[in-house]
Amino acid sequence: MPDQTEAQVVLRLDNITKTFGALTANDAVSLTLHKGEVIALLGENGAGKTTLMNILFGQYTADSGGVEVMGAPLPPGNPRAALDAGVGMVHQHFTLAENMTVLENVTLGTRPLFAPGLNRAAARARILRLAQDFKLSVDPDARIAALSVGERQRVEILKALYRDARILILDEPTAVLTPQETNDLFETLRTAVALGLSIIFISHKLHEVMAISDRVVILRHGKVVHEGAIGDTDRHDLAARMVGGEVSAPKAVPGVAGAPLLALRGVSTPDRGSAPGLKTLDFSLHAGQITGLAGVSGNGQSALADLVGGMTRPASGALVLNGADVHHWSPRTAVRAGIARIPEDRHKTGTIADFDLSENAILESYKDPPFSRHGWMNWRAARAFAQRIIDSYDVRCPGPGTRIRLLSGGNMQKLILGRVMEGAPQIILANQPVRGLDIGAVNYVHSQLLAARDRGAAVLLISEDLDEIMALSDVIHVISEGRLSPPFARGTMSPAQLGVWMAGHGFEETAHAS
Amino acid sequence: MDIFEIFLTASFWTAAIRIASPLIFATLGELICERAGILNLGIEGIMVAGAFAGWMAVYSGLGLWPGVAVAFAVGMGFGLIHSILTVPFGLSQHVVGLGVTLLATSSTYYAYRLALPEVTSPPSITPFQPLEIPLLSKIPVIGPALFAQTPLTYLAFAMVVIVALVLYRTPLGLAVRAAGENPQAVAAQGLSVTAIRMGAVMVGSGLMAVGGAFLTMSAFNSFFFEMVSGRGWICIALVVFGAWKPGKALLGAILFAAFDALQIRVQQTPLGAGIPYQIFLMMPYILSILALVVMSRRAEVPGALMVPFNKGER
Amino acid sequence: MRLEPVANPTALRTLAPPALAIAATVVIASLLAMLAGANPFSVLGLILKGAFGSKFALLETLNRATPLIFTGLAVAVAFRARLWNIGAEAQLYAGALVVAILGAGLLDWPAILLLPTMAILAMVAGAILLLIPALLKVRLGVDEVVTTLLINFIFLLFVSMLLEGPLKDPMGMGWPKSARLIDEARLPRLIEGLRLHWGFGLALISAVIVWVIGTRTTLGYEMRAVGLNRNAAEFAGIPVGRVLIKTALLSGGLAALAGFSEVAGLKGNLTLDLSPGFGYTGIIVAMLALLNPLGVVAAALFVAGIFVGADSMSRAVGVPTYLADIMLATALLLMVVAILLTRFRVVRE
Repeated sequence: MPDQTEAQVVLRLDNITKTFGALTANDAVSLTLHKGEVIALLGENGAGKTTLMNILFGQYTADSGGVEVMGAPLPPGNPRAALDAGVGMVHQHFTLAENMTVLENVTLGTRPLFAPGLNRAAARARILRLAQDFKLSVDPDARIAALSVGERQRVEILKALYRDARILILDEPTAVLTPQETNDLFETLRTAVALGLSIIFISHKLHEVMAISDRVVILRHGKVVHEGAIGDTDRHDLAARMVGGEVSAPKAVPGVAGAPLLALRGVSTPDRGSAPGLKTLDFSLHAGQITGLAGVSGNGQSALADLVGGMTRPASGALVLNGADVHHWSPRTAVRAGIARIPEDRHKTGTIADFDLSENAILESYKDPPFSRHGWMNWRAARAFAQRIIDSYDVRCPGPGTRIRLLSGGNMQKLILGRVMEGAPQIILANQPVRGLDIGAVNYVHSQLLAARDRGAAVLLISEDLDEIMALSDVIHVISEGRLSPPFARGTMSPAQLGVWMAGHGFEETAHAS
Repeated sequence: MDIFEIFLTASFWTAAIRIASPLIFATLGELICERAGILNLGIEGIMVAGAFAGWMAVYSGLGLWPGVAVAFAVGMGFGLIHSILTVPFGLSQHVVGLGVTLLATSSTYYAYRLALPEVTSPPSITPFQPLEIPLLSKIPVIGPALFAQTPLTYLAFAMVVIVALVLYRTPLGLAVRAAGENPQAVAAQGLSVTAIRMGAVMVGSGLMAVGGAFLTMSAFNSFFFEMVSGRGWICIALVVFGAWKPGKALLGAILFAAFDALQIRVQQTPLGAGIPYQIFLMMPYILSILALVVMSRRAEVPGALMVPFNKGER
Repeated sequence: MRLEPVANPTALRTLAPPALAIAATVVIASLLAMLAGANPFSVLGLILKGAFGSKFALLETLNRATPLIFTGLAVAVAFRARLWNIGAEAQLYAGALVVAILGAGLLDWPAILLLPTMAILAMVAGAILLLIPALLKVRLGVDEVVTTLLINFIFLLFVSMLLEGPLKDPMGMGWPKSARLIDEARLPRLIEGLRLHWGFGLALISAVIVWVIGTRTTLGYEMRAVGLNRNAAEFAGIPVGRVLIKTALLSGGLAALAGFSEVAGLKGNLTLDLSPGFGYTGIIVAMLALLNPLGVVAAALFVAGIFVGADSMSRAVGVPTYLADIMLATALLLMVVAILLTRFRVVRE
């Protein structure tokens, strides 16, 4: 760790305050980053991390306070200023144009717009040199659409390095990586630090924070509530400071496996663009069990979720529901068959933003009595249903007539939970059920899934967060390139062992063995 | 004349290239807009406005090239209106585009009536004259077709090369394409999506207007109501047909124009005389629909076409 | 600049932007009238007077509003479900064509049978015309904006061909128009002695029916869900393709009723200038009405008033009637901004 009193200050955020109406997103936040230092920025969703970074990158203007990079103040509200001053950001959701090459994405905006040419040869040489220096192997002429998630992240880092960034900010960089890829990333970051770069690492995975950072800064409700060297603290302490008190995650005691409720027999689906389809999958969901699906995003999770949810049909193979082959398969038949579906994206597929709560509550059941009869809607029944969900799932809102776009993510998810869980479903498809939620809501959703399992439901939990999978699942499958690993019982695999499968190894061996 | 013989005549190909010219300008204009992520349904009205503005400028005493510049500027003006509403405000590109077409058409007709209140038939100007390129224009069939056209046709072909070069070989073109594929990528690199998209819509609209001006300043010598008659909509189909690539769009425009030139000639054959002329007039529109249907499966639509970009939203 | 949603809009925020949009439209129209050398106040006054100033003017406005209510409803229904039907013009002519064929003596039935038959078959014709682009959209993903627009041109040429061929009135002195309808095929007057036919009544009834469909039926719920978020609707199990097809049938049928009502109610035969762009103006009507079927009636009266008023103003002071089209285009563009501003605030960041 560099000596902080001696080392040069490269970034200073000074008393940043930003309010949105009644909400104070950042309240006098100060932060100092030194040369060659790694700071972990911790905080729950909504703690103000994103706002702070948006201010640094000129997307928002702070109400008061200032930013200094390398001792020079940064003009507010200018997105270019931070980039030009040598600050680079790797966003959680990559900002890459899929249909363009690595080189095009990296060089975008690095030359004056009205310059005559692209100078591809020089750019290519520079990218290859940077890739070598920072251990970021990637083909400059590959199209982004053809790259894996890990490779895309390398392109994002290259984008910053290509602009001579001296400060790298990484927002939840490991959320989408395998444990091995995370190690590679940390290798790159250590190299960068050795070469004199400084890093801000935004995360909520405490063990990673402990592994890579020198110092930690914790934000809560827009305020800095803790700042200190990483050696002076431990994971438990950090977690408590992050949420402001002790939180107890729901305790998962192992479930008792019952009969298979849903099974896939040699199911394949076609690839969709760069997203792989399913490759002759055999798989079953048992009553009274949570089956976790681990894997790097974009490896066939969507294909499996779409299949179980009724959005697609098997191109070959059979879908077996409660012991019987399914022939007509659609979202509607899936709902009718008693499958509760929590979609991956609650904004885009889970709800209709401009519908109110009652219209959203009946989205899957609007055609059934009492909500409609002979083609006529019964709005009174719909409102009563929504009110029941609001009451029993603790949805915070003014009432069933509220447009759902005005709800927080957590409350939106609770409505979806209520919508699908009301009929005590026997099969539950939970696709990224806690993505973007704060800890309170995360625990709520998890406890609901555990409760459903305990009453005998079969749960399929799809998540990119290996920690979540390992904490909740009775059985874990790993998916990679549309292939499925054998089931691993709770506690039989370490994260590193699962990571080997997530990276795509081990599948051939089982194929040969069987 | 036999239908087959038509293909061997120079006048047929000359006409095809002439008919293609306004389509090339307007298709390129629409292509630029869509490459930046904005569908511009203002095209039909902007072509009307360009046709009138260029012609009126020359009629009022300006030279031909300044007339083209006036048309371009008028097109940019309507492009500005379109882009303010669709880019920073992010309004429905369908509704705004139709609104701009309506506004451009009606204000053109209003201006025409104000400028020429009494006339029953519009006055004519001296349009661009064919410029024969020595030697090249003497090549049989393709010589007169390609090298004895008006300067505005040469400009149309030059624009295809220029637009392709800018799109694929310059930082500006890279930024425009990226804005149409993923505006977040552009914003993350410190560029203004708003400026790039607005700029693209304005320049694209300028080209559409020049396409309209070709009708009054090169193909004909006067302005008539209804003279654009759906050419703008056809150009939108041509952009899809050309898979959003300038070279292929050029090919599409020529193919399309050749067909149009053919139907005019077939009408005059004994075979064509027996068929109602409306059937022939329908052909371009039917062909456009067929082109859309054929291309629907393999079209490579820009990823963020018709997706508004709101800063700070991820 | 950035747009931020407003959680609980105040009455001022809801009312001021649309009011300002109308005011700005009037100001722009005044400036254009001045450009034509006229006194803006007298021009605006003459438009108002020409539209609503006398019994004759008012009836003229109601007559003009009738087809606009139908096409406005057609567009509103389609746009609600995000089906961009720009082809109401062709669908109108499809309806008119059916009436011109059946009503000129081909069916020798009493009015009580003939009129409903013609209305239903007209709706079928309009529905089929929109079914083609709707199927192309649902099955092949072909953008319906361009196809419906192109079909307008094709169908008008088709009508022109028929009017110069098999449908040409032998007594028409060479003009391309169809033979006059028999008396049984004409819509009766709404009130005896007033020049207003039952088409207007039918338009009002249609608006109420469309409103009921939208708010009270499962089909209406499905149509709104598909329009607001196609992904979510599909995920929830709403048959998106089928809903779009049903929407297309309803929309095309409504537009065709405009043609039915114009030929059977007002004109008595089919000519190529039956519609001065009622199909396109329907888009403005629907947008000004915020796609609300009952609002369509009000918006159609407003738009018809501007057209009728501008005609009479133009005869009086010589300002070109195209002023009306400019006013409507301006009102449309400003109104979409105004509606946005009732729900979002612009933040400078």
